[in-house]
Amino acid sequence: MYRQMRLAGAIAGLCLGIAALFVSPIRAEATESDAATANAVQVSPAESLPASEAAPAATIDSGDTAWVLVSAALVLFMTPGLAFFYGGLVRRKNMLSVLMQCYMLMAIITIQWVTVGYSLAFGPTIGGWIGSLKWAFLNGVGVTPNPDYSATVPHQAFMIYQGMFAIITPGLILGAFAERMRFSSFCVFSVLWATLVYAPVCHWVWGLGGFIRNMGALDFAGGAVVHVNAGIAALATAIVLGKRKGFPTRMSPPHNLPFAVLGAGMLWFGWFGFNAGSALGAGALATTAFVNTQIAAAAAGLGWAIMDYIYNRHATMLGMITGAVGGLVAITPAAGFVTPMGAIGIGLSVSLICYIAVTFLKPKFGYDDTLDAFGVHGVGGFWGAIATGLWASTAINPAGNNGLFYGNAGLLLTQLKATLIVTVYSLVVSIILLKLVDAVLGLRVDEDSERLGLDLSEHRESAYTLIE
Amino acid sequence: MKYIIAIIQPDRLDEVLDALEEKQIHLVTVTSVMGRGRQKGVSEVYRSVKEGGSLLRKTKIEIAVNDEFAATAVEAITKGGRTGKIGDGKIFVLDMAQCVRIRTGETDHVAVG
Repeated sequence: MYRQMRLAGAIAGLCLGIAALFVSPIRAEATESDAATANAVQVSPAESLPASEAAPAATIDSGDTAWVLVSAALVLFMTPGLAFFYGGLVRRKNMLSVLMQCYMLMAIITIQWVTVGYSLAFGPTIGGWIGSLKWAFLNGVGVTPNPDYSATVPHQAFMIYQGMFAIITPGLILGAFAERMRFSSFCVFSVLWATLVYAPVCHWVWGLGGFIRNMGALDFAGGAVVHVNAGIAALATAIVLGKRKGFPTRMSPPHNLPFAVLGAGMLWFGWFGFNAGSALGAGALATTAFVNTQIAAAAAGLGWAIMDYIYNRHATMLGMITGAVGGLVAITPAAGFVTPMGAIGIGLSVSLICYIAVTFLKPKFGYDDTLDAFGVHGVGGFWGAIATGLWASTAINPAGNNGLFYGNAGLLLTQLKATLIVTVYSLVVSIILLKLVDAVLGLRVDEDSERLGLDLSEHRESAYTLIE
Repeated sequence: MKYIIAIIQPDRLDEVLDALEEKQIHLVTVTSVMGRGRQKGVSEVYRSVKEGGSLLRKTKIEIAVNDEFAATAVEAITKGGRTGKIGDGKIFVLDMAQCVRIRTGETDHVAVG
C-alpha cells in the first residue's frame, strides 16, 4: 500500500514537471531554407575558438551542419562505449549496474541539459561565472545559428552536440565509485554535479565571456571541462566513498575483457566526433583534429604496450586499450592546435605518465579508484592541458597560440593556471555534493548488497545466467 | 578417507582457501554453482514481471582428505565461511571408497595426500 502511494506520488510529480515545461514560453523559430543558402558563404570553421568579437552573418552551411550532427551522434555513442568499457572491467555481479548508470545518464542529463544545463553553460554570461537562465527550457534556442558559438550550424545542433558532452562527463566519474554506490544516490549526485560543477566549468572555459576563456587558455574539445573535471571528481568519490570490501588484496580480474575492448573501440570511434566535431565545421580544422586524434591514440596505445613489455615482459590487452584511451584523453584539449608530430609526443608521453599513475601512484596512496577514472582521465587530462601549452602552434591554428616549444612560455603558465582552477573547484564542490547526498540518502550500499552485487540488490536483474 | 563437499558464499572463497592453507590442505576443486537453501533466492524483475524463487549463486568446494585431516578441514571451512548470517552454506562429509593418482597409479592414502 505504502509503495503504491509512493509510486502514485512520483507519477503525479513527474506529470507536474512535464506540464511545467509546456507552460514555459517556448518560442518557435522559423526554419531557414538552408539548402538554398548553403555553400554560398565560406566561413572559417575556426570560428568558435577562442573569443571572436565580430561574428559574421549567420548562414547555415549544410556541410558543417551535417558534420556537427554526425559528431553529436558519435559523441553519444561514446556513452554506451564507456558502459561496455567499464562494464567489462567490473565483476560479473555488477555488470548491469554500470550499464544502467550510463544509460540513466543518457536519459537524465538530456532532460537536465535542455531544461537548465545548456543555459547555465552557454547562456548569456553573468560576470564570466555562469550563464543566465535566459535560455532555460531552450527558450530562444532555435534553428537560427548563434554566431557567438557556431555561425554556420543551427543553434540547436550546437546545443545537442554540447549536450552529448554533458552526458558522458558524469559517466566518466562512475569508474571511480563502481561496484559500491547506491543507484538513487548516483542519480541525485549526477544531476547535482552536472548542474553545479559541469555547467559552470563549461561556461568558464567555453562560454562567451567565461573568465578562463578570456584568460586565453586553450581547450579544444574538453581536456579541462570534461577530463580534468571528471577525473578530479572521480578522485573525490573514490576518497569519500571509501574502498570496496576486499580491496586491494582480494580483487577479481575483469569479468569480461572482450567487452572492455569493444567499449574502448566504441570510445575511440566516437572520439572523432568529440575532437574533430569540436571544430564545429567540416573543413581544415576538423581534419587537423581528426588526424591528431588518431595519431595520439595510436602512439599512446603503443607506448603503454611497450611499458607493459618492459615492466611485465608481456604486452597486455587491457594495457593496450588503457593506453589508447589515455592518448585520446590527452589529445582532447590539443587536437586542433598541434602538429601531427606533436600528437605523437603527446600520445607517447601520456602513456608513460598514466602508466605511472595507475601502476605506482594508486597502490602507494591506497585510494580505490575502481576503474582508474582518475588515473586515466584526471592525470591524462591534466597532462593534455599542460601538453597543449608545450606543443600548440599558430602555424596549425591561427586562432590558437604558440606553446613553449614554439617560444611562448606564457601559454604554458595560462594552461597550468586554468587547469588548477578547474581542479580545485571540481574537487571542493564534488566533495561537498557527495557529503550532502551521503547525509540525505547515503552514498554506499550496505555490506550485504555489495556482497550480493549491485545488479541484484539495486536492479533485481542478473547480467548472466549460470544455468540455461 | 573422506570426501568433503562444501557449499559456501562466493565472496567467502578466499577466506576459506586461506583457512585451509593454514592447515596444510592445498588440494581443492572449486566450481561456481547455483542453489537454494533456507535463505531462498532473490527474486528478479524483468520488464515488471517478477520471477519468484530464483536460485542464488554459490561456490562449491570439494576436497578429498585422509581421515586424520577430515575434522581439521571441516573446521577450516567453517571458520573461513562463517558470517553468522543465513546463507552461509553447508558442509557434507562422505566416506570415500578409493583414490588413484593418474600420473603414478598410486592409490588411496598416498594418492590423497
